Amino acid sequence: MPTSALPESGHRAPEKSRMRSFALWAAVALLGATGWGVIALARGEEISAVWLVMAALGSYAIAYRFYSRFIARRVLEVDDTRATPAERLEDGVDYHPTDRRVLFGHHFAAIAGAGPLVGPVLAAQMGYLPGTIWIVAGVIFGGAVQDMIVLFLSMRRDGKSLGQMARDEIGKVGGAAALIGVFAIMIILLAVLAMVVVNALAESAWGTFSVTMTIPIALFMGFYLRYLRPGRVVETSVIGVGLLLLAILGGGWIQDSSLAEYFVWSPETLVFCLVGYGFVASVLPVWMLLAPRDYLSTFMKVGTIALMALGVVIAAPALKAESVTDFASNGAGPVFAGSLFPFLFITIACGALSGFHALVSSGTTPKLIQKESQVRMIGYGSMLTESFVAVMALIAACVLEPGLFYAMNSPAALLGPTVETASAAVKGLGFTITPDQLTAAAKAVEEQTLVGRSGGAPTLAVGMSEIFSGVFGGAALKAFWYHFAIMFEALFILTTVDAGTRVGRFMLQDMLGNVWKPIGRVTWKPGIWITSGLVVGAWGYFLYAGVTDPLGGIKQLFPLFGIANQLLAAVALAVTTTMLIKAGKLRWAWVTGVPLVWDVAVTFTAGWQKIFSGNPKIGFFAQREAYADAIDAGKLLPGATNMDDMHTIVLNNTVDGVIMAIFLLLVLIVLVNCAAVCVRALRSTEPLPTTEAPYVESRIDLPAQRSDDTLVGTGS
Amino acid sequence: MSAVRKVLDTMLWYARELVGETEYDRYCERHRRHHPKAPVPTRREFHRIRTLQRECEAPGRCC
Repeated sequence: MPTSALPESGHRAPEKSRMRSFALWAAVALLGATGWGVIALARGEEISAVWLVMAALGSYAIAYRFYSRFIARRVLEVDDTRATPAERLEDGVDYHPTDRRVLFGHHFAAIAGAGPLVGPVLAAQMGYLPGTIWIVAGVIFGGAVQDMIVLFLSMRRDGKSLGQMARDEIGKVGGAAALIGVFAIMIILLAVLAMVVVNALAESAWGTFSVTMTIPIALFMGFYLRYLRPGRVVETSVIGVGLLLLAILGGGWIQDSSLAEYFVWSPETLVFCLVGYGFVASVLPVWMLLAPRDYLSTFMKVGTIALMALGVVIAAPALKAESVTDFASNGAGPVFAGSLFPFLFITIACGALSGFHALVSSGTTPKLIQKESQVRMIGYGSMLTESFVAVMALIAACVLEPGLFYAMNSPAALLGPTVETASAAVKGLGFTITPDQLTAAAKAVEEQTLVGRSGGAPTLAVGMSEIFSGVFGGAALKAFWYHFAIMFEALFILTTVDAGTRVGRFMLQDMLGNVWKPIGRVTWKPGIWITSGLVVGAWGYFLYAGVTDPLGGIKQLFPLFGIANQLLAAVALAVTTTMLIKAGKLRWAWVTGVPLVWDVAVTFTAGWQKIFSGNPKIGFFAQREAYADAIDAGKLLPGATNMDDMHTIVLNNTVDGVIMAIFLLLVLIVLVNCAAVCVRALRSTEPLPTTEAPYVESRIDLPAQRSDDTLVGTGS
Repeated sequence: MSAVRKVLDTMLWYARELVGETEYDRYCERHRRHHPKAPVPTRREFHRIRTLQRECEAPGRCC
């Protein structure tokens, strides 16, 4: 059966198209500039979200066309006559030259997760302007560059992982520090994402039912694929998505029935369910749960993101949030503490620059690339798309009335138990929402309450239901869209939880295998159980601590997550900069060097403040001291309702502060090690030995792709 | 009508490629090229072997 290969609709552009292409890019630039102009000049009045979309898309187009091409040609010197590992090592399975459009989808599905949906929502606390600027500028000069260059370097080394490259290029100590750092960062990441799910599902029968149903649906798909119709993935996924939609509808029915009480779970119960789920998913065979869940997730991801883009453009909602709030300068925001620099960049995290992408870019993708020049579309392009998802998430959060946004995202300790207290608390922050409006907003999406539903997911879901119901179905479908969005996010996150636990397990097995051989064997069952238990135990601890934190777990842990993710990016950027310098490309080292310096400045400032700040709202140890002193004096401080709460707060702050210090130390080791290698490379009179795979001429002749040469130059 | 068919075909092609459904066809084609005499594994057998391999590799997913 003929399989792949749709014809490429490529053609060589004739000389005269130079003018046309110049006109086209001038128009794109003008469009983007208009978008930015409207956003920047709007003062006081509400503007349409379409301007944000226009500014972002215009900037992406220009950056892709010019900056990514400059990087590909000048910095990386991609060479399409050179055979890629996919061609040289082709085995039909792990290595095979893949159509670039397919690989783009593959890579995008692998990097896109819940991070870019949650971060921008929380960052809306500072207004839409700073967030949008960072999401767009950060991806163009940081995130997409990192993804593309790591992808390229790994591809030139037959698909080596970032950890291996770190070991080979910067030495054992730095490599080990990077490995331990990645593991520790993974644990925090899983805990924070799982907490987002807990906050979204707690006390909601509808959400809990439909998300729980994803497990039997995935199991059914797994058995169907293994025994009934092996390999028929598309068919199985279509059935799965159908069942998923039924599960969402079913949730509405359950909520109104007498069964509802069985699905109203407390946050603590949900924590134990998630930890149990993570463990089971990590030890079960992949075909049963992990693989089918992955397929479901992929289809839901691509579908929902396309739907969201369509919704934003058609509904063209007005942004109700201010462009820049006072919290940006005074750092006293209720959602996360600290001022714009560095905490905005920490909070947005994955949508602009994500260290975790470096792990994916040095995983499967480099083994599948057909031609070297395609790292542009796959590495840079996928990350631009991810950034666009972040922009849409920011829009969804800014469509809400600010009063509702703060009533949903402030810590419970501030809001109090009822809609009346929440209304008063929001008023204290300088925004207005009446108790009746809060009740009506919850009723519209058929939830018990929206007060204190922090974590980002419920806010995004309300925003999405607002946008979607404006296009499809009107107010009657609001509750459906809300729960659709919750399900979509929970699905994403649970996929990350089971994949992440498994990844963590492999890392731990790898590390412990050095000490005691049997535990390193990936087929030895007790080894799998022990390491899986350790991994879920570790993230489960942080999850439980976060969920029971009297001061609001998201507020305490999200900065830790953001800093962790950005520190991982610092590791990736440091390794790539070192590798560029070792390859004798000092003059281009700024391409990764500048984002590295920025990222180090952001993360170390944030980390420093989190450890040493005297302000108890920001510094972990300052807060610890304040509460410890109060315990000695026998007093209760705000947030705590009894002495146990006080002790919990002291313990959590101690743990968080110590973890923070360990992260910074590990990354510092990597940075110092990288710097030493760079100095050695610069001092050496002859170039250091390369670790690239030797040149082999490519035999693949692509039907002429649209050539860039005929377009306007990069100006370099 | 044919335009609609074409779009649907493209979408199906993309979806099948994206989730790796075409992996088996590709494998068979390659197998026949390299070992023309040896029997090709059935779809069922192929996927058993593949999932067994997936058991030993870390999944590449992200936040």
